[in-house]
Amino acid sequence: MSQSGQILPHGRVLRYELHERLTHWTAAFSYIYLLLTGLAFYTPWLFWIAIALGGGQISRMLHPWAGLIFFLAVMKMYSMWAAQMRTTETDKAWWGAVGHYARNEDDKMPPAGRYNAGQKLLFWGFFWCSLLLLLTGAVLWFPEFIPWNLRFLRYTAVVIHPAAALLTIGLFLIHIYMSVFAERGAFGSVIRGDVSVEFAKRYHPGWYKEIVGESSTPRK
Amino acid sequence: MSQETLRIQKISGHAGTVAGEGTQREYTICKLIDTTTCIGCKACEVACMEWNDLPFGETIFGNTYQTMPETRWNYWNLILFNEHEREDGSLMWLMRKNQCMHCADPGCLAACPSDGAIVQYTNGIVDFQQANCIGCGYCITGCPFDIPKLNPQTKRVFKCTLCTDRVGEGLEPACIKSCPTGCLHFGSKDDMLDLAEKRAKQLRDHSNYPNAGVYDPKGVGGTSVVYVLHDAANPELYGGLPKDPHIPWSVKLWKGPLKWLGNVAMVGGLIGLFVHYLRFGPKDRDEEEMKAETKS
Repeated sequence: MSQSGQILPHGRVLRYELHERLTHWTAAFSYIYLLLTGLAFYTPWLFWIAIALGGGQISRMLHPWAGLIFFLAVMKMYSMWAAQMRTTETDKAWWGAVGHYARNEDDKMPPAGRYNAGQKLLFWGFFWCSLLLLLTGAVLWFPEFIPWNLRFLRYTAVVIHPAAALLTIGLFLIHIYMSVFAERGAFGSVIRGDVSVEFAKRYHPGWYKEIVGESSTPRK
Repeated sequence: MSQETLRIQKISGHAGTVAGEGTQREYTICKLIDTTTCIGCKACEVACMEWNDLPFGETIFGNTYQTMPETRWNYWNLILFNEHEREDGSLMWLMRKNQCMHCADPGCLAACPSDGAIVQYTNGIVDFQQANCIGCGYCITGCPFDIPKLNPQTKRVFKCTLCTDRVGEGLEPACIKSCPTGCLHFGSKDDMLDLAEKRAKQLRDHSNYPNAGVYDPKGVGGTSVVYVLHDAANPELYGGLPKDPHIPWSVKLWKGPLKWLGNVAMVGGLIGLFVHYLRFGPKDRDEEEMKAETKS
């Protein structure tokens, strides 16, 4: 089995193993469906999205199921990546220098590991928001079963659910921007799994150092 | 009253204008329920089911004369029976015909995300259009009176229509038609309030009900169903009629500030990222690439 960090021919490095890519796209496709139908329910100006996706009833019926799939994918991500997402001293320095990152002065950034501090924020943001969305979503899925004297649950859910969703939309927009437009090669890495050595050195020098150090000794 | 009164003035989940918005009607209609003359005969319950062709389901017997614990998707009109012991030890039997209140400021309509699933006619009736209902149940959360109920089979929400079809043809609602004691009245809002105030005054002056009054809660902009109560200071006694009903603050927060904040953040975010790309471009556009672009 190929493992993340493995050096491949033609100056490539394996960044995401197959099961990581599958998990990512399970989350991605379910999230995009949730985003589109959610926006349709969020504002009358975008209700046409629900019509385009088969009608309001179908959207209402499938949105919670897509939510469950998304939640399970996020939990799988937690089991795969949580250990690598712990905040380090380098991350604190990274946030201090985030202005350089925004201005594409990546040589002035503290060396990131497999994930930089921004990616860690994305991960934890989605992790906590998806927990909130699951809990409030369960209430919104079956509002008719919430008894009248527990109606505060519904009142809470109708505010927390869109608020948490809006937070994820903020993270999602930045995630798409960084991975598709800003860091070229990132999108390919989650399709084919590998990145160039240059990519690894440029954006994840700490990770690359580990790989080179590791690959000089045989894997156990 | 005619079909003209069925012009629509508010639509749920709707972007753009509403045909009947701001149109002047001669009057809004109103149902008056005088709880002091209700004998709990349930003729209105039967008339409602008959006219609206609702299937009857199994009931739960709660050791009172009440037909079932609460209204259902197929039972829109329910008399609530409540025994109340007054301070002097005497017993009062409070009977209240419970149904949709047809709020001027309806919480169900405010909460509904589906275009045209809930409408309010210029005559004041709030009506559910089940063809457009997506079954999300937000109306259940928006309603301060616990009235909209979901049909678990069809996943559509139902409630009293105030017999829109009858009212549109100049008839009074079925419940009014069936009432044998005259505790139910139907007419314009002004006439009904006038009648209700007169009855409340009568109760105060001649029947030893010093707290008698009219229930037309202002928190929801007034309602097209008003009550005369023996004790208007304690509407909760009548099967939990809320003292000061209003659209839940969280629904207002969600449909108001949160939505605008979210819209600004999303559109602003998209514009911000686009401008950032124009200003800084991709991260790895180094000298070699620029040279290559120059050559080609």
